Amino acid sequence: MSRFRRLGRFLVALPPYAWLVVFFLIPCLIVFKISLSEAQQGIPPYLPLVDWAAEAGTRLRVNLGNYGYLFGDELYAAAYLGSLRLAGISTLCCLLIGYPAAYAIARAPGAWRHSLLLLVALPFWTSFLIRVYAWIGILKTEGLLNGLLLWLGIITEPLQILQTNLAVVIGMVYSYLPFMVLPLYANLEKMDLSLLEAAADLGCRPFRAFLAVTLPLSVPGIIAGSVLVFVPAVGEFVIPDLLGGPDTLMIGKVLWAEFFDNRDWPVASAVAVAMLVLLVAPVMVFQHIQHKRAEATR
Amino acid sequence: MKRNGLLLYTALALAYAFLYLPIVLMVIYSFNASRLVTVWGGFSTKWYGELLHDDKVLDAAWLSLKVAVTNATLSTILGTLAAVVLVRFRRFPGRTLFGGMVAAPLVMPEIITGLAMLLLFVAMEETLGWPAGRSMTTIVIAHVTFSLSFVTVVVQSRLSQMDVSLEEAAMDLGARPLKVFLAITLPIISPALLAGWLLAFTLSIDDVVISAFVSGPGATPLPIVIYSKVRLGVSPEINALATIVVALVGVAIAVAGRMTLRRERNG
Amino acid sequence: MSERQPFAPWTDPGADPLIRFDRVTKRFGDFTAVEAVDLAIYQGEFFSLLGASGCGKTTLLRMLAGFETPSEGRIFIDGVDVSAVPPYERPVNMMFQSYALFPHMSVEQNVAFGLRQDGMPKARIKDKVRDVLDLVRMTGFAGRRPHQLSGGQRQRVALARCLAKEPKVLLLDEPLAALDRKLREQTQLELVGIQDRVGITFVMVTHDQGEAMTMSSRIGVMNTGHIRQIGTPVDIYEYPTSRFVADFIGAANMFDGTVTGGGDGRLTVACPELGHDIAVDYSGALAAGAPVTVMVRPEKMAVSRERPVEGMNWTEGGIADMAYLGDVSVYHVRLESGHKIEVLRTNLRHSGDRPPDWDDRVFVSWHPANALVLTR
Repeated sequence: MSRFRRLGRFLVALPPYAWLVVFFLIPCLIVFKISLSEAQQGIPPYLPLVDWAAEAGTRLRVNLGNYGYLFGDELYAAAYLGSLRLAGISTLCCLLIGYPAAYAIARAPGAWRHSLLLLVALPFWTSFLIRVYAWIGILKTEGLLNGLLLWLGIITEPLQILQTNLAVVIGMVYSYLPFMVLPLYANLEKMDLSLLEAAADLGCRPFRAFLAVTLPLSVPGIIAGSVLVFVPAVGEFVIPDLLGGPDTLMIGKVLWAEFFDNRDWPVASAVAVAMLVLLVAPVMVFQHIQHKRAEATR
Repeated sequence: MKRNGLLLYTALALAYAFLYLPIVLMVIYSFNASRLVTVWGGFSTKWYGELLHDDKVLDAAWLSLKVAVTNATLSTILGTLAAVVLVRFRRFPGRTLFGGMVAAPLVMPEIITGLAMLLLFVAMEETLGWPAGRSMTTIVIAHVTFSLSFVTVVVQSRLSQMDVSLEEAAMDLGARPLKVFLAITLPIISPALLAGWLLAFTLSIDDVVISAFVSGPGATPLPIVIYSKVRLGVSPEINALATIVVALVGVAIAVAGRMTLRRERNG
Repeated sequence: MSERQPFAPWTDPGADPLIRFDRVTKRFGDFTAVEAVDLAIYQGEFFSLLGASGCGKTTLLRMLAGFETPSEGRIFIDGVDVSAVPPYERPVNMMFQSYALFPHMSVEQNVAFGLRQDGMPKARIKDKVRDVLDLVRMTGFAGRRPHQLSGGQRQRVALARCLAKEPKVLLLDEPLAALDRKLREQTQLELVGIQDRVGITFVMVTHDQGEAMTMSSRIGVMNTGHIRQIGTPVDIYEYPTSRFVADFIGAANMFDGTVTGGGDGRLTVACPELGHDIAVDYSGALAAGAPVTVMVRPEKMAVSRERPVEGMNWTEGGIADMAYLGDVSVYHVRLESGHKIEVLRTNLRHSGDRPPDWDDRVFVSWHPANALVLTR
């Protein structure tokens, strides 16, 4: 490769590379650094990790206390488990609603598919915040849902739905449903329909054929959709904050409270690091395995 | 088989109802004269009037628009370069790190990205004296950092589907690498660039969490203003704002649909 | 036509080749795609690189185009070492297997693309584009987009785009692979006609031996990164120099044996599979006891129920398989040793003499001049 081409490639790679190092990698390292320092009253509200002025020369002051605090206080473990639980339930609901929808679209007449799919993706382009907000009007005690149920005579007292975990799950399912449908559709649409014909030809009834052929073949789509829903749901803050109640414990809310309300930057950073290790690490491992598998089958 | 089909389409219809009913209700209630959700006080457009006289909302909307356009443009440029690096440069030092840095923001909870960005800006201000406080600049930087990964994914998939022999043919016919990129590659991947731009624009104009960290009193984008209003409860003004957003998005999508349709026809 | 000199510059020791590969090796990691290839191609040739997929022929072509750089050795075009010259500076153009027409440009813009890179004035580009589109009979299609063309039309545009640049060498990567059979046969002759008219040296990569035989002045047969034989289609078919080439091109019957005697331009070879000695014409000298392979093409043998005349090589067996193909019939004759021989029989007459049939004992015979001795 000539020197000139090498220079060209360097110039192409430099801007995004430099941007990500300065504005992504370094901030992550800063978060990690601050998670190891001690909180103080003042600006910034943490002590420096490296003490240059110490008489005994430069001294490294690593404080694992913030992490000890995370493990010591049940609140954090409960919040983390709460996040996993609500995200898991939401993912399952998305799958239950999204799978039939994706299946119906994939089997719809060719000319319709594009429009039907667009209809699923469309809400994504309207504001996420506004879509969550729309549910407040529906779910609150004197809201539309309670009004409807009272009018129908199904209930006599308005239900408390808003500010419960149920509202959080509804909000998350609503917000993330398209992320489940799109990869599922992509998977189901690719499927060779002659496989089902072959199954029928071999004496398999439609529902059995679905269980024996379609479902196993759509596992990659199910996994992709579930990851796309589960991952952002775990770290979600807006939905639990707006739709959840005081007893909705989610890790995103805890981080927010530590940072903005308690102004405890080191603990907030420690929460962030713990969340990353517990959430992003498995995803990275998953991606790595998928990548390996894709290369192996190529 | 017939009955299965019916069941399936009922499920689909219910899914659509679930997706659209809240939006439709919001649009209807934006014309409600009453402040109460459950009471229909007659048709009125007064909330739109109030909204249009709310300077705070208008300023925030203008700022959000500027941020979104700047962010989309910068993200598209950087994301396209990143996609070219990932698809076309097979081996270079630090490739794994680069791939990781591009992929990580996709799975990183927004709240952590926001926290990290703010801590960076605080540290930079302390050591370099820049950026001074939170401003449009800090919002744009933070938004570009997470949007560029999304653009990269979109462009990357288009680029890796592109027939490499097209680029080789251009080179074979005497075009230098830069010329090849501008005359061949760029026009062919342009739909992906447009899609990436729109995605980055939407992510930015919609973002609450990251903006909450990196915006300040002098620079408050629209979602933050809406968020502080929403936290106080339902407000018909927000219904009106939401309706305007839905209408704008609807028009934009109709136009885009027309354009793709026409292009397909003229092919 | 009678005064026309045969075109065979490779037989002239004083001629300078247009393209020369000098011990060229290309490795991708641990894999050696092309190994120590020497090759000379002359001005005006239609040269084919023939081989199965993965034999290194495409890598060789891509090195000539400049998309790959040799790991070792050098490549010369018109006496200039181009080994390190980038593709956009080489006097070489390539027609891609996928045609690689730019989808966002019209036919005219596609053809003009290369000329614009050379900075040719607009008016001349226009003339040139019209001329080459005429040449490939695509005059009326200048304004069309590639996706509005049929496969055959795309192929012509791709050819026109290369011809417009008037390269010293035109490279064709499986140029006809994407066409259906009928169009392919028609296009083969047309390509040769165009090459004849423009006088540009063509180098083609193909896996289709019929295509290579029809179109080429010479063929280089490749296998596992090596060129096994270079020669005219007749050379390659009639006088293969190795078992590999004999087997790869056309059908071949091969008998392993040892030389038992010879002289006077003829060898006697003992072949255990045939049960007795056979005679083969051979101009060289081989000592008795040397291991050889005797190769005979199926169409150079006869199958019959009558014992052959004196002076012919022969063997006998039963019919294991036969297929009637219209113009010819193919017989597979199983010898007592278990060895099978393939023989072609031309169906000369409507009816008449009864052709050999199942259950017949048959004799297979061939003349010593129609067999070939292979020592590799």
